[in-house]
Amino acid sequence: MVSANPSAVDLSQPFDVLIVGCGNAALCAAMTAAEAGARVLVLETAPKAFRGGNSRHTRNIRYLHTRGNEHLTGPYLEGEFWDDLMHVTGGHTNERLAHFTIKESEDIGLWMKKHGCLFQPSMRGTLHLARTNGFFLGGGKALINAYFTTALKLGVKIVYDAEVRDLEIRDGLFVSASLVTGGMPKQVRAKSIVVASGGFQGNIEWLKEYWGDTANNFIIRGTPYNKGRMLRVLLDNGAKPVGDPRQCHAVAIDARAPKFDGGIVTRLDCVPFGIVVNTNARRFYDEGEDFWPKRYAIWGRLVARQPEQTAFSIIDSKSIDLFMPSVFPPIEADSIGEMAAELALDPSALKETVSNFNASTRPGTFDSTVLDDCATAGLEPPKSHWARPLDTPPYYGYPLRPGITFTYLGVTVNEQARVIMQNDQPAPNIFAAGEIMAGNILGKGYMAGFGMTIGTVFGRVAGKEAARYAID
Amino acid sequence: MPSTDFLKEADRVMAICNACRYCEGFCAVFPAMELRRTFSDQDLKYLANLCHNCRDCYYACQYAPPHEFALNVPKAMAELRLETYQECTKPGFLAGLFRRNSLSVGLITGTILSLVLLLTLGYQDPSVIFGTYRGEGAFYTVIPFMVMVAPISAIALFSVSILLMGFTRFWQKTGGTPGELLDLSANKRAIWEVMVLKYLDGGGHGCNYPDDRFSMARRWFHHLMFYGFMLCFAATSVALIYDHFLHRAAPYPFLSWPVILGTVGGGALLVGTGGLFYLKTRMDPDPAAPHAYGMDVALLVLLFLTSLTGLLLMIFRETPAMGILLSLHLGVVAGLFITLPYGKFVHAVYRYAALLRNAIEQARDK
Repeated sequence: MVSANPSAVDLSQPFDVLIVGCGNAALCAAMTAAEAGARVLVLETAPKAFRGGNSRHTRNIRYLHTRGNEHLTGPYLEGEFWDDLMHVTGGHTNERLAHFTIKESEDIGLWMKKHGCLFQPSMRGTLHLARTNGFFLGGGKALINAYFTTALKLGVKIVYDAEVRDLEIRDGLFVSASLVTGGMPKQVRAKSIVVASGGFQGNIEWLKEYWGDTANNFIIRGTPYNKGRMLRVLLDNGAKPVGDPRQCHAVAIDARAPKFDGGIVTRLDCVPFGIVVNTNARRFYDEGEDFWPKRYAIWGRLVARQPEQTAFSIIDSKSIDLFMPSVFPPIEADSIGEMAAELALDPSALKETVSNFNASTRPGTFDSTVLDDCATAGLEPPKSHWARPLDTPPYYGYPLRPGITFTYLGVTVNEQARVIMQNDQPAPNIFAAGEIMAGNILGKGYMAGFGMTIGTVFGRVAGKEAARYAID
Repeated sequence: MPSTDFLKEADRVMAICNACRYCEGFCAVFPAMELRRTFSDQDLKYLANLCHNCRDCYYACQYAPPHEFALNVPKAMAELRLETYQECTKPGFLAGLFRRNSLSVGLITGTILSLVLLLTLGYQDPSVIFGTYRGEGAFYTVIPFMVMVAPISAIALFSVSILLMGFTRFWQKTGGTPGELLDLSANKRAIWEVMVLKYLDGGGHGCNYPDDRFSMARRWFHHLMFYGFMLCFAATSVALIYDHFLHRAAPYPFLSWPVILGTVGGGALLVGTGGLFYLKTRMDPDPAAPHAYGMDVALLVLLFLTSLTGLLLMIFRETPAMGILLSLHLGVVAGLFITLPYGKFVHAVYRYAALLRNAIEQARDK
């Protein structure tokens, strides 16, 4: 196995650059800083098997490119990239940093390949993003594995099971970090620090500050190690916050998913093809408002507002083959009454909801590939597309819960990835990259593969600037 | 519903993979999986034999142990493959030979080898066995032509028949029809994929074997073994032509086709099997079936010994050691041939069937 022996890393000597976190942004920073000649230490909270933060669960990166190649089917230019970003954020972005991110992402795939990333050609599962996004062969964990190998070759020191608890920051200047590794408290000094330790979505107590007890029923799609401790420490030490602390990217996922780290397989794509009811067996939102990829991110919030943060998607056998298979088999029933019993819903209420829905559907030409004309009439809430009566048993039910992907609260940075303090001055030797500062650019919404863009662009900038500060 | 524990595990694994699909660029298994929403027993047996155990998906998997999903595709597939080998073996009561395969193969080969040696020593005069010979017909002085060729031919015929029966049974069990076997373009594609070991290339970067780094080492060693074996086979065939049509009896001069082919092939076989064995001693055992280790090693050792005894015979054929070396070589070859249908070699048969099925269904899906 390729591995550094963590016990072999001497923490008593000061390093040039300390990197907290071990996902994509952290490793990009580590490799860049090491290439600039810096002595780099990476501290990862997770054990080796779970290294890589939420990057483990990613699959692709969106980047600017002027022509297609063996893994991108065509060009993706600045104007289109910009429009896409404005569309998803609704303008909730720092325009200078957004421009910077897009420009700096140009042909970033070449740099990634040089550092071990393998891209795959577009295939069945990747077609819809094949022009704009590069897909990692084997996904994010394979990318992270490759980056680890490269980082170790460049002389980067990595310690697993090393949780940074606090930072000593004097007059806006980073001095040292205190950590716990192997049950022992340790102190490590470095000339500069890159904080790339993600958001706080793995910290249920913190989520409860904004969501109350409903947060107990949230499922965290990614790593349990993103507790937001570094974010809290930076904010407490005077870093200027960015992003709405109440906001998180929440998707409706299968309620049977593991509490943490369920990743991609827990998503459900069945919602547009049936009805969604809450625990009172009542519908609460237009299931067919738009294509699922454009709507799945609002459904997490919708389900979070329902009693017990639970809802059920119910389809009939006409629709079972229309969406990607899911990891948990659907709950099957031969009648709506039986389905109600299976889902522990009031049978008469569910029958009423279904018969009202069925009665309001209008004849149309069903087509799952377009916004078709199968809409309900006189129903509240309506179903605007793909509304077909639920009348062909067996019926299939999927329980839904909110699945939290990431949080938006972060620290403000400038184009050098320097953390901006409350007095609007950049901290000389404190840098941030990845999810912890993504809210600067992605203040709202999400688009596929853009978190990796921000992580890679700012990871590289942070690594370069942190090394420059340390060495000069 | 899947009927055995290994089928159940393969079904569980494929259901998770089919909801993820991150690994679809590595090999043929995942694109084949994507053609299905649910997996019948026959689907799972087919997919298990389509898997080449390159392990790329294991190290790339965010759900691999210690994740609670504990996803281990290569291991699940390897265990199910072993089960299909036993299931498709004829006669059924010999399926047990797969269970402690290195022991079975070792005992059978050892018995045959002893038998050949005993018969040679018992029936042939020591002065003949330990004589020194030059030129044509030397081998047949020690062991007469018919005594040598008839049993080996019978064994080869037996083994080929058993392997063909296994192929047929596997083809039926994975839902194939006889007509599909004649699909010319699918056969062409499958043969090509065998010749280049397409699915040990992990989308162009190799296997994660023996550890988590990408490497082409296993593919190259397998190529040396495979083409070395083929060259030895060619050497034997050319020798038969020499004997039958040119009426020239073995041994042949060093610069004759049978000897050149056999020497190059034997050398490649030595390096290939030696290399594969070396990699195996260093491999990460987690993404493998624990019971497959002995079986894999048994075939490697037999092929290595076949080549080694053959080369030694060629080198020392004009010395008094020739008689014993000849007996040894024939004994090992007989052991190799008779155990072919009851050991690792069968993977070639079922893998080809799976590749053929894959070529057919991917062409149909286009």
